[in-house]
Amino acid sequence: MLNTFPAIIIVVPLLAALLIAGISFIDRRACFPIGVAALLISFAGAVAMLVNVVSTGVAMEYRFGGWAGPMGIVYVIDHLSALVLVVITGIALVNLVSSRQTIIDELKEKDGAFVALYLLFTAGLVGMTATGDAFNLYVLLEITSLSGYALIGLGSERAPLASLKYLFLGTIGATFYLVGVGYLYIATGSLNMVDLATIIPGLMDSGVILFAFIFCMTGLFVKMAMFPVHGWLPGAYSEASSPAAGLIAPLTTKVMIYILIRICLSVFSVEYVFANLDVGQIMVWLAIATIVFGSVSALAQTNYRRMLTYIIIAEVGYMVGGFFLGNKMGMSGAMLHIVNDAVMTLCLFMVAGIVVNRMKTDDRDGFKGLFRSMPFTMAGFVLAALSIIGVPPTCGFFSKWYLILGGVAAGNYWFVAALIFSSLVNAVLFFRLFEIAYFEPFGDDHHGESPGAGAVGIKEAPMIMLLPFLAVSFLLIVLGVYSGRIVTNIIYFAIPGGII
Amino acid sequence: MRGYNMDLLNLIAAKANYWTYIILMMVGFYALIAKNNLVKKIVGMTIFQTAVLLFYVSMSTKKGGTIPILHHGETTSLDPGHVSALVNVADYVNPLPHVLMLTAIVVGVATLGVALSLAIKVYKTYGTLEEDEINLQLRNG
Amino acid sequence: MTMETILSVKPLLAVLVSLAVIPFIVLSKDRNVREGWTFFAGAAKFLLILSMLPAVLKGKDVVYTAVQIFPNLGIAFRVDAFGMLFALVASSLWIITSIYSVGYMRSLDEHSQTRYFSFFAVALSATIGVAFSANLLTLYLFYEMLSLATYPLVTHHQDKEARSSGRKYLLYILGGSIGLALPAMMITYHFTGTLDFTTQGVMVGNINSGLALLLSLMFLFGFAKVGIMPMHSWLPAAMVAPTPVSALLHAVAVVKVGAFSVVRVLTGIVGVDLLAQYHISWIIAAIASITIVVASLIALSQDELKRRLAFSTIGQLSYIVLGVTLLSTSGMTGGILHIAMHAFGKITLFFCAGAIFCATGIKNISEMKGLGRQMPITMTAFLIGSLSVIGLPPCGGFISKWYLVLGTVESGQLIFLLVLLVSSLLNAAYFLPVFYNAFFVRRSEELLDNRLNEAPRWCLVALMITSGISIVLFFYPQPFLNLAKLAVAAAVG
Repeated sequence: MLNTFPAIIIVVPLLAALLIAGISFIDRRACFPIGVAALLISFAGAVAMLVNVVSTGVAMEYRFGGWAGPMGIVYVIDHLSALVLVVITGIALVNLVSSRQTIIDELKEKDGAFVALYLLFTAGLVGMTATGDAFNLYVLLEITSLSGYALIGLGSERAPLASLKYLFLGTIGATFYLVGVGYLYIATGSLNMVDLATIIPGLMDSGVILFAFIFCMTGLFVKMAMFPVHGWLPGAYSEASSPAAGLIAPLTTKVMIYILIRICLSVFSVEYVFANLDVGQIMVWLAIATIVFGSVSALAQTNYRRMLTYIIIAEVGYMVGGFFLGNKMGMSGAMLHIVNDAVMTLCLFMVAGIVVNRMKTDDRDGFKGLFRSMPFTMAGFVLAALSIIGVPPTCGFFSKWYLILGGVAAGNYWFVAALIFSSLVNAVLFFRLFEIAYFEPFGDDHHGESPGAGAVGIKEAPMIMLLPFLAVSFLLIVLGVYSGRIVTNIIYFAIPGGII
Repeated sequence: MRGYNMDLLNLIAAKANYWTYIILMMVGFYALIAKNNLVKKIVGMTIFQTAVLLFYVSMSTKKGGTIPILHHGETTSLDPGHVSALVNVADYVNPLPHVLMLTAIVVGVATLGVALSLAIKVYKTYGTLEEDEINLQLRNG
Repeated sequence: MTMETILSVKPLLAVLVSLAVIPFIVLSKDRNVREGWTFFAGAAKFLLILSMLPAVLKGKDVVYTAVQIFPNLGIAFRVDAFGMLFALVASSLWIITSIYSVGYMRSLDEHSQTRYFSFFAVALSATIGVAFSANLLTLYLFYEMLSLATYPLVTHHQDKEARSSGRKYLLYILGGSIGLALPAMMITYHFTGTLDFTTQGVMVGNINSGLALLLSLMFLFGFAKVGIMPMHSWLPAAMVAPTPVSALLHAVAVVKVGAFSVVRVLTGIVGVDLLAQYHISWIIAAIASITIVVASLIALSQDELKRRLAFSTIGQLSYIVLGVTLLSTSGMTGGILHIAMHAFGKITLFFCAGAIFCATGIKNISEMKGLGRQMPITMTAFLIGSLSVIGLPPCGGFISKWYLVLGTVESGQLIFLLVLLVSSLLNAAYFLPVFYNAFFVRRSEELLDNRLNEAPRWCLVALMITSGISIVLFFYPQPFLNLAKLAVAAAVG
């Protein structure tokens, strides 16, 4: 039974999406429960696989149609993919549950379609993470992207245009990747990742492989919004509806980074990327530029969600830079940050959802006086902010721990400086919001006892939004405290032996 | 001098398929980036994707190869499902890229569909498909 | 020197007990019940800490690992002499400050008192956490927790002035800890592989002189709560806070956490021998001396009493750093002891300043003419506090000053003796005029304010206790002196 899980976690949401698309014409109220059920099954499957992989130490494999690789399409679940799968399905599930009211309110009669697209998107992400075939990756990449474009397009009035811009750039990225795979096929005759990994070491001086590498990397960079091809992200993520943003923002860029890591480590191999091509240093510089650009741009934003999008761009820089440092600490930091950043971003976008729900705006001013009227939401928000800034014991600190150690070990102090700079900028960004929530509106109430907590108008978020949100914020601390264990038991196994 | 020209010509002729796809890709890319009208951009995007289709399909061709379909008569075994070892692989064009591109065509069509529906929504909101006019409207609030 | 250790969960409990009462504080309907919870937590904390004192005095450390995050590093506690000294000071003064807070906040009818008492509890939790940290990661964690917990306290009044002061507070404190202390910590960890506080530090053999100096300076300026110039500006700015906040946090907890952290890092991570070997101690001592003199000079120019006290604190903190960097036994003893002596003295002074404000609304020294007549108890307490800070008998501050002076002679660095003498003179110069104004200058009739004769009752009780303790400590400086001596012995190994 367990060995069918790699297939189940993608097939169930896929079929459920189709089912929902059909049922939405008959009974709209059934759509949501089916969606949640499908994601629940996927999440359970992902967790079971993670436990299995960690305890046995052996990767799981599923052959579609019974065809063995390298001919057939094979799904491989190793330590890193199992971890990322849990993150994907978990976040998708939590976000869907907490967005229920918003979906019904904002999308009205299109809620069935929305949930169907939501499940398709998740299925695509799951497939991308689990697949062991380079072309299958492209297919699922496009499934994810197309569902993403549609999900974003269902947002505000400006959303279709932002989504269209995203579509153009995203298609360029995916097509570049496809070209890269084409060159790989020409040179090696195989599309199976494991198979490619055995063939490529013999072809290291080939110009074709070099071109394949460049095209694949460029395509992925566009998809993950590295500077300077990040232009689609701020518009797309800030114009999308809250539920869509809560799904897409935490996951898309992180999974793209996972794919980058997968391609570099498992397909092209470490020797090729770092020793033969020696692209490490250039990539780190690009990452530094991304971090600085993202942080500085975030400072200029008055809209809360746009500010978050630029923070996301900076975080992408963290992960790419950490990976291309080429040492164990840096890579662990990058992989750990995939998990941590996904959860942090989810938390922050949930705050956006709550603020939009209550204050009807996602501008900075929506935060006025929130410490008084929404203390629990703000408590969770403070935790998320502290995590982004990098204050122990939240998980964000521990990602930075590994990343900075990696930078120091590599002697790349510019990267360390960029990380510190980004932390300080994040502190400014979030304390600006804290100030608005704490100080404004400026009143003259310096005197007069305020009695117990419930008196002065506490208008908290609805429970269905608040409880998952608080659970996720609490998770930030749990993840932080367990980061050492996550790294030692899971992530270290994903790093090839030669890396120190 | 003439030998040099012949070499260049040979180079281009030998890799004609690659040059074609690259030129086509650049045409599409140019349209996607530089054109003002959203539909023209979409057309450019489609050309861009089609170029890659051409690339894959062209890599599968062989001189003197035939379409990769087996005739029943070519099997010598009594078991109809069993493919004879006498099948000479070198005779057939590589079917795999064709198959891959079938998928890619579907992806392209889907992308086109999504893009066009988004364009329709944009048109409904802004009344125009010209990007500069839309930007003007956005700037004016 | 291998320490015998006792495994006990008490350090963790001591940290957590004040956090645990916060839900009760928040949910209390009656303000006396609410205050009762604070006192309960304060007493519990103090008693827990006191219960570990006998073991520590015998030379045994109490250890406990709360969470093992990395294989060789986690959130761990170690109660040694140095930590015990600081924890005793902080926890005892919390109880007294709470007494004072009740009087102050109620008499001024301040808003959001629940929030105030809650964050006070968090701040104390963090302070004890710093005191009992076994490694630099734990210390950093609680240090940051303190920075964040004190922000709502500093900006309590929630007006524009509070906001800008809050910004300055964060700029220096978070900027220092994230921008300087954090990278320094990571670099240290990379080269040494550990962050545990060890006798003679962990840098020996792993880090060369240039890097050690750089890291020491990064720690010195990074832990901006110690107020070494130029990272001192936040302290006068933080005086917008209500006086009890200023009193405990800026005369005892926050700034002492800074000093404690710096001393801990210098002795436990860099190591006394390394400090001497690479002359790092001399450089830091020089920086501290400059701070002492400049701060004392600036204090002279301040008319607002709390600002004058703030600059006085900046100078006094550098005494602690200077004492430790003298590297002689007496010097280090004096520096560490000064943490305790200065705390009791300074808090008395802040209590008085707040009492004066409560009773008369006066903030500036020039307006305090003839106040001694109206508020004899307060001003007498002020005199005692001043004497302690200046370092004159019969107050406890004399003992720590004495050791500091001995320390300069012992280490043969007589220039620092000069610094100590000059600054003592300056201390006298900026404190005694207040006392003179209060008792020896007649108040003109129209300024006579008959609103309240003396400070609110609770405030008086508090400042009488602390000034009394200051005098008692002169005659009987235990257990602080013993703890200081044990701490020095542990640092030198």
